Amino acid sequence: MRVFLSLLALAVIALGIAMTLTDIPFGKPKADIATHYVENGREDTGAVNIITSVVLGYRGFDTLGEVAVLFVAAMGLGAVLATGTRTPKANGWEPASLVLYTGCRFLFPLIVLFGAYIFIHGHLTPGGGFQGGAIIASAFLLTYLGCRGRRVHEAWSSAVESLGGLTFVVLGLAGLTAAGHYFLSAFLPAGTLGQLFSGGIIPLIYIAIGLKVGSELAGVIDRLVEESQ
Amino acid sequence: MAVYVLCLVLFCVGIYAILSKRNLIKIIIGLIVAEHAVNLFFILVAYRIGGRAPIFEPPPVSIEPMVDPLPHALVLTAIVIGIATTAFMVALAMRIYEKYGTYDIARIRELRG
Repeated sequence: MRVFLSLLALAVIALGIAMTLTDIPFGKPKADIATHYVENGREDTGAVNIITSVVLGYRGFDTLGEVAVLFVAAMGLGAVLATGTRTPKANGWEPASLVLYTGCRFLFPLIVLFGAYIFIHGHLTPGGGFQGGAIIASAFLLTYLGCRGRRVHEAWSSAVESLGGLTFVVLGLAGLTAAGHYFLSAFLPAGTLGQLFSGGIIPLIYIAIGLKVGSELAGVIDRLVEESQ
Repeated sequence: MAVYVLCLVLFCVGIYAILSKRNLIKIIIGLIVAEHAVNLFFILVAYRIGGRAPIFEPPPVSIEPMVDPLPHALVLTAIVIGIATTAFMVALAMRIYEKYGTYDIARIRELRG
């Protein structure tokens, strides 16, 4: 009965979506805004990567909202999982087998470096703050694999997280006052296109987002691992 | 057109798991599948024939035409938000398991009354 009802509902949903799908052509340009972004994105924001110029240049305020959603989700997870006070283990952490432990110790700095590279070059190459942050969080996941019971330092993690969010907001407010136009306006010089030091405030915001997302996701992993032990 | 239909099939697989499964973990997996089908659909809508990634190179390299950058930017953030909400759902499921000792939603309903 349950399966039949769900298949019926599914058929209705699929039919409704399929009827709208027939009106969408595949592989043809659909919106004029795309051409506008591609043609003017470099001059307007100074970022060679047009996706970055959309995420942080044209839709910077929207991105601040997304970062806030991420923060609230991580906070809700902490509120659901943190029931009692933390009890630090008496014997500390126990390493896994020698090969796994050494491999994780060797790979950890390299992965963090790669994540930092991804978010520092967010305006030049594919990638950016969110992706770099996720890569950094995966490095912390690796330490749990190689070393059972090892924890993220909570004070440092929340300090980095707050600093990242604060940098984003402060840069936005600085744009409001310095350039006198609007929140998150590009008040720093755009520089030469394609250089590392270019794009005005975009690399700075992406570094802030990278640190924030990295520490936030590392904190999420940390709480889930703590709960499952 | 066929890729849209395949994307719809993937979405339907996720919705079917949400509607018919009784295990909370399987429902969460179905939600993830449906969510990524929607992300994939955004990327498919952004595509244009012969289009390339919207990242400019120094002058001698010309990479026109470019795909629509706006859906890419939306999906970029949607994926990260998806990770955070998935982690939150998993945390709720863990708490439910701790309280009721089961992931079966039908049995959770019985136990409450």
